[in-house]
Amino acid sequence: MPTYKAPLRDMRFVLYELMNSEKLPELPGYEEFTRDLVDPILEEAAKMCEEVLQPLNRSGDEEGCRLENGVVYTPKGFKEAYKQYCDGGWNSIACDPELGGQGMPKIVCTVIEEMMCSANLSFGLYPGLTYGAYVALKGFGTDHQKATYLPNMVTGKWSGTMCLTEPHCGTDLGMLRTSAKPQGDGSYQITGTKIFISAGEHDLTENIIHLVLARLPGAPSGTKGISLFLVPKFLVKDDGSLGARNGVSCGSIEHKMGIKASATCVMNFDNATGWLVGSANKGMQAMFTMMNAERISVGMQGLGIGEVAYQNATAYAKDRIQGRSLSGVKDPAKPADPIIVHPDVRRMLLTQRAYVEGCRALAAWAGEMLDISGHHPDPKTRQEADDFVALVTPIVKALITDLGYEAANIGIQVYGGHGYIREWGMEQFVRDCRIAQIYEGTNGVQALDLVGRKMPANFGRNLRQFFHPVADYIEGHQHNEQMVEFIGPLAKSFGRLQQATGAIAQRGMARPDEAGAAATEYLRLFGLTALAYLWARMAEVALAKIAAGGDADSDGFYKHKVLTARFYYERILPETSSLLSKIMAGGKTMMAFEEAAF
Amino acid sequence: MKILVPVKRVVDAYVKIRVKPDGSGLELANVKMSINPFDEIAIEEAVRLKEKGLATEVVVVSVGPAKSQEALRSAMAIGGDRGILVETAETDVIEPLAVAKILKAIADIEKPALVLMGKQAIDDDCNQTGQMLAALLGWPQGTFASKIAIDGGVIHVTREVDGGLETVKLKTPAIVTTDLRLNEPRYPTLPNIMKAKKKPLEIKTAADYGVNLAPRLKVLKTTEPPVRKAGIKVGSVAELVAKLKTDAGVL
Ligand SMILES: Cc1cc2nc3c(=O)[nH]c(=O)nc-3n(C[C@H](O)[C@H](O)[C@H](O)COP(=O)(O)OP(=O)(O)OC[C@H]3O[C@@H](n4cnc5c(N)ncnc54)[C@H](O)[C@@H]3O)c2cc1C
Repeated sequence: MPTYKAPLRDMRFVLYELMNSEKLPELPGYEEFTRDLVDPILEEAAKMCEEVLQPLNRSGDEEGCRLENGVVYTPKGFKEAYKQYCDGGWNSIACDPELGGQGMPKIVCTVIEEMMCSANLSFGLYPGLTYGAYVALKGFGTDHQKATYLPNMVTGKWSGTMCLTEPHCGTDLGMLRTSAKPQGDGSYQITGTKIFISAGEHDLTENIIHLVLARLPGAPSGTKGISLFLVPKFLVKDDGSLGARNGVSCGSIEHKMGIKASATCVMNFDNATGWLVGSANKGMQAMFTMMNAERISVGMQGLGIGEVAYQNATAYAKDRIQGRSLSGVKDPAKPADPIIVHPDVRRMLLTQRAYVEGCRALAAWAGEMLDISGHHPDPKTRQEADDFVALVTPIVKALITDLGYEAANIGIQVYGGHGYIREWGMEQFVRDCRIAQIYEGTNGVQALDLVGRKMPANFGRNLRQFFHPVADYIEGHQHNEQMVEFIGPLAKSFGRLQQATGAIAQRGMARPDEAGAAATEYLRLFGLTALAYLWARMAEVALAKIAAGGDADSDGFYKHKVLTARFYYERILPETSSLLSKIMAGGKTMMAFEEAAF
Repeated sequence: MKILVPVKRVVDAYVKIRVKPDGSGLELANVKMSINPFDEIAIEEAVRLKEKGLATEVVVVSVGPAKSQEALRSAMAIGGDRGILVETAETDVIEPLAVAKILKAIADIEKPALVLMGKQAIDDDCNQTGQMLAALLGWPQGTFASKIAIDGGVIHVTREVDGGLETVKLKTPAIVTTDLRLNEPRYPTLPNIMKAKKKPLEIKTAADYGVNLAPRLKVLKTTEPPVRKAGIKVGSVAELVAKLKTDAGVL
């Protein structure tokens, strides 16, 4: 059975040594979040994840969810764990203190989300969806709607969903058909079928607040005619108590590859009563506010799974004995050496580790910028942070879920045949992680968002928020002898990224298919270069700690941080060279293929 | 009824401890530290007594370096009302007798009806402070408690002793030390962790209480336990008996 220990040491490194979390209390609204408060919060979060959520991960996968007479039952133990989770205040870490939330900085929430995903991805989806609905409702709901629904969503007494997908439309929401008919009393009748709705029905909460995309009569076609509606499972009376059951029900639940303890539901809306959230025909705008927050969260799913896969692969590699070390026997007392002596096993483990620690830094960078964009007193600083977040959101989502999936898959490989056997739990990580590359916009769509929207937006203003700091860093460290081994390759990759950016901008203008053909590789090139920049900075911090002497490195943390940075530079970053070749090759060949010939 | 709960910051129970290469002690740099688990049980019990209306105030106290504030904040997140840190230098070696003397001085000032404390700290496993404190104060003691019941001014303490359970009746004020099975400490809630940061915490020194911290014991050497040697397989009962006789010398 897999185990999990939250990597608190590395998390603190990222928060307090790489990033500037010491300065969080300087941001208005975050005054309380000094390190002496954040530290115990992280420790308690770790305990909750390790001791309450993780033990339900395997059993939840085996048992799955069950639909009986329209009622969905979550696996054994989920209800109790959910109650404990909500009682502890964890449901509302990111919510507004005025509504009873904890108002925690995003960078801290990011770290806690990672822990939850490592411990139990399926479980985390329930509160995750509630938070998404909370964000949309808080941003666009009327005062009455907010007062009626938000407080109970903050405590976790009620949960939320996001109902976008229909059988014939997932990515292309412009085609959606669910309809909303005005009733004359301010309410609407919602009718249609939504599929793949996470947490659409379950037994964890008293009420479920669905946020549903639908079309008003006579609305323009495409995405410009979509509005957002609030449809509660139970209608809420004026005094706040629950009234009649609304016309929304779960028709079936999906039998799927992974996240089996998360109910994925077909939701039927039959003249269900709903209320408009935000302006008519502006539903996509509200939905995107929510989706941007959720995309960062989905990135954390990839990270969390990558981390737990690494931890278990490492433990197994130290324990499993097989074959002898090529450089001579390492453990003469045993009939064979532990497999961690083999270079190929080390290659696998270090690939996982370099991915995971690099992605943790990237997520924290995005978290820090989210905090600045939401709380900094200076509007220009806020705007710049906002540009940065817009730019990196698709990268955080797609790169981290891709690398997390690769890391999980390596986890199986380290276990050999045992990795393929359910009981060991390693294949569950792969199955659970796989969805993160698909939902909240497939990774292919993230790449298109980067190339088609974020790159050209505001004449490249977003790009500046990444390109400038990296260029400055290279410039500023060129003559730093200790950093030469990093700065040289970083500058090369960065050059490749600039070249690809220019080429795509130019070609894409004339032939949009060219941008589409390069998008996925471009996102990866961008992401790997961003990780290289962060790995250089991490190595710099670690080298300085080592140089300071004393017992700062008595546990070898910094020594191994530098070694992991080196591994990243030697064995992962060179991929940017082949990525550039692929991008420059263009899309002509694939577009020349005749459809019938496929 | 006021309850005093002493807590100690120790190496986390899950950390694999390492001895310093020169044998002068344990490697403590960069090691995860936590509140001593037995103390956590003591604070939990005190808070439960308060929640039942049997106690009015829970005061937590720690003797140790500045970072021991973390242990006090953890205790206050569980429900302690205020804290006292008797701050010592990072390099001070603090022995049970010195702690007992400080606690006596604090008890003289605070006048608790009950001192609820861990039976031992998991770092040095001394299991002495509670008993010494009882002697210094001249109060009755119930050690290794697995159950506590309060009835007026009398405390019934069920103790885990060799071969069974023993119940003793103590008149307050008294000292009770906790065993593992007394309760299961709660997970502090997030709002309570935040509130703990704002609870009063007084910082004192041993000198404030007129206590000299100078150690009375000398540590000669710290060593790792011997590594267990790999076992061997024997072919027959006769071989086993022979080995037990000759190699192990136990028969
Ligand atoms: C377990 C699970 C949970 C889910 N939870 C929810 C939920 O809670 N709420 C909700 O509303 N939905 C949910 N979904 C739906 C999910 O968001 C969609 O499946 C996803 O957006 C993809 O849509 P699709 O399945 O229709 O695929 P399609 O849109 O049909 O895409 C198929 C393929 O075509 C590619 N493609 C599509 N359009 C383009 C394009 N323009 N350019 C390039 N490539 C393109 C895609 O990248 C993909 O590879 C969930 C799905 C699953 C499986």
